Amino acid sequence: MADEALVAAEEAAGAAGMPQLEFSTFPNQIFWLVVTLIVIYLILSRIALPRIGAVLAERQGTITNDIAAAEDLKRQASDAEEAYNKALADARAEAQEIIAETRAEIQAELAEATAHADAEIAAKVAESEARIGEIRAGAMQSVEEVARDTATALVAALSEGKADAAAVKDAVAERMQGGSQ
Amino acid sequence: MATDSNTSGDTQTAQSGSGRVIAFGLISVAVVLFILGLMDDYESGLSIHPMDQFIIEPFFGDGPIHWYTVTNSTVWMGLAVLAITALMVLGTRGRAVIPSRVQSVAELAYGFVRKMVEDVAGKDALPYFPYIFTLFLFILFANFLGLIPGSFTSTSHIAVTAVMAGAVFLTVTILGFIKNGAGFLSLFWVSSAPLVLRPILAVIELISYFVRPVSHSIRLAGNVMAGHAVLKVFAGFAGALGVGAVAPIIGVIAIYGLEVLVSAIQAYVFTILTCVYLKDALHPHH
Repeated sequence: MADEALVAAEEAAGAAGMPQLEFSTFPNQIFWLVVTLIVIYLILSRIALPRIGAVLAERQGTITNDIAAAEDLKRQASDAEEAYNKALADARAEAQEIIAETRAEIQAELAEATAHADAEIAAKVAESEARIGEIRAGAMQSVEEVARDTATALVAALSEGKADAAAVKDAVAERMQGGSQ
Repeated sequence: MATDSNTSGDTQTAQSGSGRVIAFGLISVAVVLFILGLMDDYESGLSIHPMDQFIIEPFFGDGPIHWYTVTNSTVWMGLAVLAITALMVLGTRGRAVIPSRVQSVAELAYGFVRKMVEDVAGKDALPYFPYIFTLFLFILFANFLGLIPGSFTSTSHIAVTAVMAGAVFLTVTILGFIKNGAGFLSLFWVSSAPLVLRPILAVIELISYFVRPVSHSIRLAGNVMAGHAVLKVFAGFAGALGVGAVAPIIGVIAIYGLEVLVSAIQAYVFTILTCVYLKDALHPHH
């Protein structure tokens, strides 16, 4: 009975003051605190920390890999661009070459055709000139003949006799010669 | 779910939306505290017992508290373990390279403490990172769970914080002697000071070294206890004033917001001080 009263009195005193200074609860608190801390430590060190460490390392690795892959792709892209530019320049140069070649070819063909045409024209001209000369010779001959006939007829009409054909011919020829002098 | 759809949309609306959610949460917490305050029996007007929330009692039934008895403190420590497991184990079970929300939080906590250990105590302190992370998570979750109305805050008890601070102190001291031998004592011999001053400084350094675990533990327990006691006092005012208690409710909201900050900051402070002490043990030379 006396013990119970003492306990009650102690409890009352504890309640009135600071429960933090209730030393009878200290072993209990310390025991359970140690248990709690050990459990937390085991959970963390056995499960949580290795797991989080692994995840962080994996993430770091993934990021590094991704950056390397991105750099690789970037390099590939610049390579492709370079190749494209090179191909473009090559094509351009080739096109220029083809243009020059074609131009030279056309020039040569043109020159040949011109020469050919010139030759043809020259031949035609010569031919035409020959013909013109022929025609002119024929015309002269005709003129001589007409003159002789005219002279014969004139002689016959004027001298009332037969004209000496040979004499007329010589005279006409002489005149023509002189006229053409 | 409302915040889910918000975050996918415009950032501005998402921010104001989450701000609204936080404000709403704070107000509802205040209302809950107010109702809890009303339900407490204040038979004689302003008889507020702000320290009653820290009383340790058996969780199952009544009786004496033996060292193995499951108390309200034990239950909330267990809930902290469950919450830590949910965050750090269940949250990361996807092992996703692109993390889910919970996994990002777990990774954030991991990276935060790991960087702190590395920056403050150096690279050779990283083997002790799991221990420091254990302390950090326990304090953080005990503090935050303690902010749930009606819960119990394990870290408000000096017995809990003193054990943790004492463990840090002992570990660091033993480690200092193991790593550096007698060279660890150069921590107290300030070689950059004039020779005359060195013995005096050594005494001061020695005293400050042994005060470390005291300040380390009381800082945490005191902050948490004071905040919760103030919350209880304001809630008691609200209970005494009844329905017209606008000012105490605003006070409760403000103090609660402050306590959310204090919960995180004190966990951070405890952890970074642990790192600082560890640095002294590994590199005692000034």
